[in-house]
Amino acid sequence: MVSATTDLNYNTKIEGEVVVTRADAVINWLRSSSVWPMPMGLACCAIELMGVAASRFDIARFGAEVMRFSPRQSDCMIVAGTVTYKMAPHVRRIYDQMAEPKWVIAMGACASSGGMYRSYATLQGVDRIVPVDVYISGCPPRPEALLDALMKLQTKIQREPSSKKLLASA
Amino acid sequence: MTATVDVSAALPAKFPQITPRPSGDHPAFNVSPADAVAVLTTLRDELSYDMLVDVTAVDWGVDASPRFTVLWHLLSTTHYGYVRIAANLASDEAPSVPTVTPLWPAANWHERETYDLFGITFTDHPDLRRILMWDGYPYHPLRKDFPLSGIDTPLPDLEVGDLTGATAKPAPMMGGPFVASPGEMNLTDAEPRAKDESWTERREKPESE
Repeated sequence: MVSATTDLNYNTKIEGEVVVTRADAVINWLRSSSVWPMPMGLACCAIELMGVAASRFDIARFGAEVMRFSPRQSDCMIVAGTVTYKMAPHVRRIYDQMAEPKWVIAMGACASSGGMYRSYATLQGVDRIVPVDVYISGCPPRPEALLDALMKLQTKIQREPSSKKLLASA
Repeated sequence: MTATVDVSAALPAKFPQITPRPSGDHPAFNVSPADAVAVLTTLRDELSYDMLVDVTAVDWGVDASPRFTVLWHLLSTTHYGYVRIAANLASDEAPSVPTVTPLWPAANWHERETYDLFGITFTDHPDLRRILMWDGYPYHPLRKDFPLSGIDTPLPDLEVGDLTGATAKPAPMMGGPFVASPGEMNLTDAEPRAKDESWTERREKPESE
């Protein structure tokens, strides 16, 4: 899960009670271990999203059980379902209201590409209005697929140059 | 006990100007748009067709005249019969018909949907706004001259449209919906396929249309 270069290494024999690591490793470890999702449940994928949050699949095992319906408090928007053109500006506004750092998972065929809705009313992929980090195939995807996407997102977060970005924005 | 016999006789007796409409299931009548409200009131108050099941319309094609037909489906909750009333609209460019919202409040949203998707104006409607597409959308998608894939239109929120550069672009028909070809042919030709496979998200739509 964690790549060798950013791993948290702690060897009591060498370091005693001092932990030596890189800022990126610590920041990314914190971020990836508590990804608070913003559940953008727009269609049937939202039912699977609820299943992932419930006891059988239990997204809490990955530190992402705190579904926040306020964009101010969430880190990862999970777009679960068909995005219509009428809804698209609202999705973008909610994304804009989320605080940095923020990520987006496009859950299912509709959010990724418009899916089977090849019509005048449906946005052909949510990546036309927000930047997407992880796409999930499936209609709807199995809960395991969403967990896999979350793990992929955690891997991605752990590779980010977080301290450089923080210093640049400060 | 059904009203099939009743309504087929009683309605023309009261309104000699209406004509029976060919129908495969329930009794159906053609009325003029001006008579529609009177006929529907009679059906509701005297023939116990008290429930409005559906208000919709048909677009017979760009070249047809009359182009639009508005349909009302009624159900009786006492004798469980259905009846269908159809009105051909006089104008093909600005079709309009009186509202039946005062008779059935349920007609309100049905008429808004018909207005939204067919562009048929229901006169004296209390709140004739679009119901599915956004306010300011310039087309009526269920008309025959509107392509299923859509027409390039700005997003409902111009600010987001400017920010993202996204528009309501025509959707590529590649990848569905899949339509089977009718008629006698070998199975390969009859295989359901997408309506228009000539363009995709990567290959631009040909301008010839």
